[in-house]
Amino acid sequence: MSLRSPLRRVTGLGSARGGASHWYAQRVTAVALVLLGLWLVASLATFDGASHARVVEWLSSPVSSALAVLLLLTTAWHALLGLQVVVEDYVADKGTRTVVLLAVKFALAVAAVIGVLAVLRIAFGAAA
Amino acid sequence: MAQRARPLSPFLHYRWQYTNTLSILHRITGVLLSLGFLVLVYWLVAAAGGPDRYARALDVLGSIPLQLILFGAAFAFCYHLLNGIRHLFFDMGRGFELATARKSAYFTAFGAVALALVVWFAVRAGLGGAA
Repeated sequence: MSLRSPLRRVTGLGSARGGASHWYAQRVTAVALVLLGLWLVASLATFDGASHARVVEWLSSPVSSALAVLLLLTTAWHALLGLQVVVEDYVADKGTRTVVLLAVKFALAVAAVIGVLAVLRIAFGAAA
Repeated sequence: MAQRARPLSPFLHYRWQYTNTLSILHRITGVLLSLGFLVLVYWLVAAAGGPDRYARALDVLGSIPLQLILFGAAFAFCYHLLNGIRHLFFDMGRGFELATARKSAYFTAFGAVALALVVWFAVRAGLGGAA
């Protein structure tokens, strides 16, 4: 979404990049993660020891597996926005910065997709 | 060309105090939680691999070095959670009064340690000593 005012767009002044959307997305994902994070901790706390069956039972519920997928995607997105700012602040050289940012994005995307597929595999009963 | 003395970045001449301590801790815990995300994915992949694979992963996660790392992750989670909520109030323009900001800072710092102990023990018990 664009948070730039119509006047800014017309005059072409101000930042040409997506600072406002970045800031806003960071906060929206933050609020979502407060809820999803507490849900994850509360869920793990109800597990009865090291039982694999309990994990399978947990993620077999559509509600749990949906929230788990949302948690993975939202965490990856929030982490991406946050790590991007950290990298941009501390890596001065533009070439190095681009390489590091790409590496961070690829790593988070790979981890998130692997996590989602693991959840779906359990949800669809392929891990019993 | 003669160069006038340029203004210095804030971090070069500001006194170290609690506000920037909390701020930099938010960054550090955020970076640590990104690594914790990889541990979460590892745990899910192990669970998707069946009971044997899962039991082996819990053994790995239950080892002493990983227990220390996971306690650090629990603290990072609780700190980032509480300070994140604190920052959401700042974003709404609330809590900037010195007394309030100081109070919320202490609540965040000590609350995070207390909450981390609760989370760590609860999750540890839930996962059979391997969390």
